[in-house]
Parts: sequence; C-alpha cells; structure tokens
Amino acid sequence: MNPFQYTKAKTAEAAIATLLQRDNAAYLAGGTNLVDRMRRNVAHPDALIDVSELPFAAIGEWEGGLRLGAIASNSATAEHADVKRDYPMLSEAILLGATDQLRNKATNGGNLMQRTRCSYFMSPDFPCNKREPGSGCSAIGGFNRILSVLGTSDNCIASYPSDMSTALAALDAVVQIRTPNGGERSLPLVDFHKLPGDTPEIDNYLERGELITAIDLPAETKKFAGHSTYLKVRDRHSYAFALVSVAAGLIVDNGKITDARLALGSVAAKPWRDREAEARLIGQGPSRELFRDVAEQVMADATGYGENDFKIELAKRAIVKALTQL
Amino acid sequence: MSNPKPYNTDPTEVGWPEEESLVNATVSRRNFLRAATLAAAGLGLAPYATLTGQGSAATLDLQDFVEIETTINGEAMKMKLDPRTSLLDLLREQLGLTGAKKGCNQGACGACTVHVGTDRINACLTLAAQIDGKEVTTIEGIGSAEEFHPVQAAFLEHDGFQCGYCTSGQIMSAIKVLEDDHAGSDAEIREWMSGNICRCGAYKGIVESVKAVRDNTLDPQALQKGESLKR
Repeated sequence: MNPFQYTKAKTAEAAIATLLQRDNAAYLAGGTNLVDRMRRNVAHPDALIDVSELPFAAIGEWEGGLRLGAIASNSATAEHADVKRDYPMLSEAILLGATDQLRNKATNGGNLMQRTRCSYFMSPDFPCNKREPGSGCSAIGGFNRILSVLGTSDNCIASYPSDMSTALAALDAVVQIRTPNGGERSLPLVDFHKLPGDTPEIDNYLERGELITAIDLPAETKKFAGHSTYLKVRDRHSYAFALVSVAAGLIVDNGKITDARLALGSVAAKPWRDREAEARLIGQGPSRELFRDVAEQVMADATGYGENDFKIELAKRAIVKALTQL
Repeated sequence: MSNPKPYNTDPTEVGWPEEESLVNATVSRRNFLRAATLAAAGLGLAPYATLTGQGSAATLDLQDFVEIETTINGEAMKMKLDPRTSLLDLLREQLGLTGAKKGCNQGACGACTVHVGTDRINACLTLAAQIDGKEVTTIEGIGSAEEFHPVQAAFLEHDGFQCGYCTSGQIMSAIKVLEDDHAGSDAEIREWMSGNICRCGAYKGIVESVKAVRDNTLDPQALQKGESLKR
C-alpha cells in the first residue's frame, strides 16, 4: 500500500475543507472497499480523511418516511425496527449482501460509493478505462461473466454490485449531500450513479469535495411493506455478489395492479430502475404472461458480451419469479 | 481497567503487552518486525493530530503517523502507527497476538475475525487508526488454557476444525452468532457463519459446535480440557 497521511474529522465542514486542499485525498468511512482497493494498488490516495465519526449515524423519522444516516452501518440499518417494518425489502437486500463482519463496518454512504468488482478493474496489470482512462477495456472480449448487459458503452461494461442500492432505487430513496459551500443538495438514488458512456472513470454525480450525509426513504413507499421482495441470484447460496437481483413491489387491488416498483441489480453500472415497465404493469391483472411481457420489455435493449449472455435470460426469469412471488 | 501506557519513543523501552501475556514470546522474526516497525515510526515524531481551529473553513492537520488509544483484550494501550497499518497487522506483527490469521487479506475469508466493541469485523480491512477509542477482543481474550470459552470447548468436542487455520475466526464469529441469536436453525447458523471459510470443509462440525453451545449440551468437563493439551 502506498504511504498516505491520515486525519479524523469531527465535522463535515472540516472534512470537506481538508479534502479540497489536496488533489488526491479520499474520505474513509468503513473502508471495506477502499482499503481493499488501496492494498491491491487500484486506488492510491495520498491522504485519508476519516469521516466514520461524523454525526451522521442516526436512523430516524423524516417527513413521514425514514432518514438513514450516511455513517450508520449496513448492519444497524438492516436490523433497525422501522426499516424492517416499513421497508422490509431494504433489510432483505442488505442481509443478502456481504457478511455480518463486513456489514458491521460498511456504512450506508460507503455502500453507494463502492466501486465495481470487475476483475480487470481490480487488477492493475490489465488495461481498464475505469481505472486508467484511455487504456482500453479488457472485459469486452475477456472474462465478463458478472458484468453488465444494460447501459454499457464501448469503453466499459463494469457492473455495480450493491444490493442495498437496488432496493433503495425501487423505494424512491433520495441521497442527501453536503456541498463545499456549506449548502445541501439532494439527488434521487436513481440519478446518483452514472452510466459509463465516454467517462467510465466517473461512477456517480457527486462533485469534488461533496459528502453524503443521509439517504432518505419517502413515506409514499411504506405501502410496499408486505408487498415487496428482493430476489438475489448468485453462484453460491450465501456471501456472493449477485449475477442478477430484482427489487420488486406490487400493490394489487380488486385483481388489478395499482402500483408497482421494479429495479434490477448487477446488470448495469447503476441500479436499473425501469419506470416504463412499472407503468405497463399498472392497471393490469397480475399474470405470468404479463410478467414475462414486462421482463422482455425491460431487457429489450440488453447486450451480451459472450460469457455474460446468460444474464439476459436469467434477468427475465428472475423478474417473472420475483413478481410472481408477490 | 489499567491506565493507558504512555507512548515511548525509544522502541527498545516500550512495554508491549505480549511480554506480559505470552510467556514464550521469543520468536525472533516477530521481535525483529516489531522493533523495525517501531523504529520506522519513531523517525517521524509528528505531533498528535489535533483539530486546528474551530471555524467552518478550518482544515485538519494530515498526519504521517497516527497516535491511538485503544483497549485490546482488556488492556489499555497507547501507540503511534503508520496509518497504513491494518488492525490485523497491528495484532499479529506488533502485539504478538497471532490468533487472528491472515488468510485472504481482502475481507473474503474471515480468518481475521475479531470483535470491536460488540461487533465482529474483518481485522484485515480495518485500519488500526480506526480502533482509536474502541475496545478490541481477539481469540486470546476470550478464554484460557485453564478455562476455555464454551465455544472453544465445543469446537474441540465436535471437531469444528481440521487444520485449525480458520478456527480463531470461526470461534469469534460463532460467539457473536450465538449472542445475536442467529443460531435458530442449521440453515440460519450456516448463513450467519458464511463469512468464515473453512478449506478443510469442517462445516458440519462447526454447525454442531454452535448448536452444542446454543443447546447447552456441552460436557462441563470439556471447558477444562486445555490443561491436558499443554505440552
């Protein structure tokens, strides 16, 4: 690991000011992804600003919904009584990700900031446009079994593996951000992460110095409690990244679907929320045929890259299975 | 709890807990590494990081070395570290607490599992700087040869291991799985123990060990078996 300087911040303002005075500093929260990348020579910040003790660890009521502090651990979030009662899909998704050891360290803000597990991104010996812009993509034509089939570009087919974010996307979560000028801004979770395009090295729409302070769940999506599921398909029964995951919610009234949420994980560089598919479900009677039609529509623009071709059909079947369970 | 040990800049004078806790801490490689790391740290006697100013625009002093106070297995200590030091390397290479193992060093195997506060974590992905002010418990802190922790005794009784490399981590995880009430069924035990890989495949014995403690079916004499294992 390259040498770096360290400090622990007690206020967001101090953390931001300190980061901005350096060209190559990074925030450190749980460190479960950042430390791993630094050790593998994938990330080389020359200074770490420890934000793990900033006062953003609370989870509590917010405008009828729930505010999840950015520094609250994934464990604390998954086990929080209000999360389990009002947004059980989020609890399920978190508990299907990683392990208790990792969830205890990993924070909610850090979960959004985790980077792809593309094996070429994580291996500095190989070209990778996300790690080293302009060097090329080794995954196109290479080992790409776990990588994206939606929203890819000729520059990058990395996938974003967060289970938590997939559920947050389906639940209309909003990311709260502290800005360098002392202000606050918010971004819907579905607009937080960025598709690769011509700049795959940039994962999201955070500006330099900005700091996530909270993730808000709206009151509106509490209604999916008891009418939602998180389906994760992976190579082994536990402790593996998803090949495909589906966060789905369905409200059925008098035999008709009155509201729906549908987001896919690990198929793109961001949680893949499909509002057109949701609109197509609404007003219909639930049936396997309808779900299959919708699944075909969701995956209509998907592109396989060889090893990951199977993900396209797998995603369709996972969508049907998840919706059928509701 | 004892008072924090003062930081001493002379590496030959620093009182390290292994001298008190490990009778046979004479492994030359370990002592060499410990002295070498401390000597390197001693070169940069930067003042302890403090917040500079209180204003909103004030920046923090970034430090080349970080000074921490922590409690490890009940013993309060104070030390100055290269910020790259992981908790696992601090435990193994500097404190001589080699129970936590370095398997993958990337959070995938669980061999380095220790407790920080009430949580189990991967010591390999934890920067030692982040245990400042926290309490750490390792396998060395949960039982003794005279009186095993029940989970230790259960692993012996139920063949919860073969080679033993993953065992410290397995036991530290099993303790939390039991405390956190995630041992309701075999399936639940397997799910909540899945962060600890065993390449010998002793999973059946591991599940049986957890169940034996859960169901309190352990022979009380098993707790004293450590005496007979002394060589």
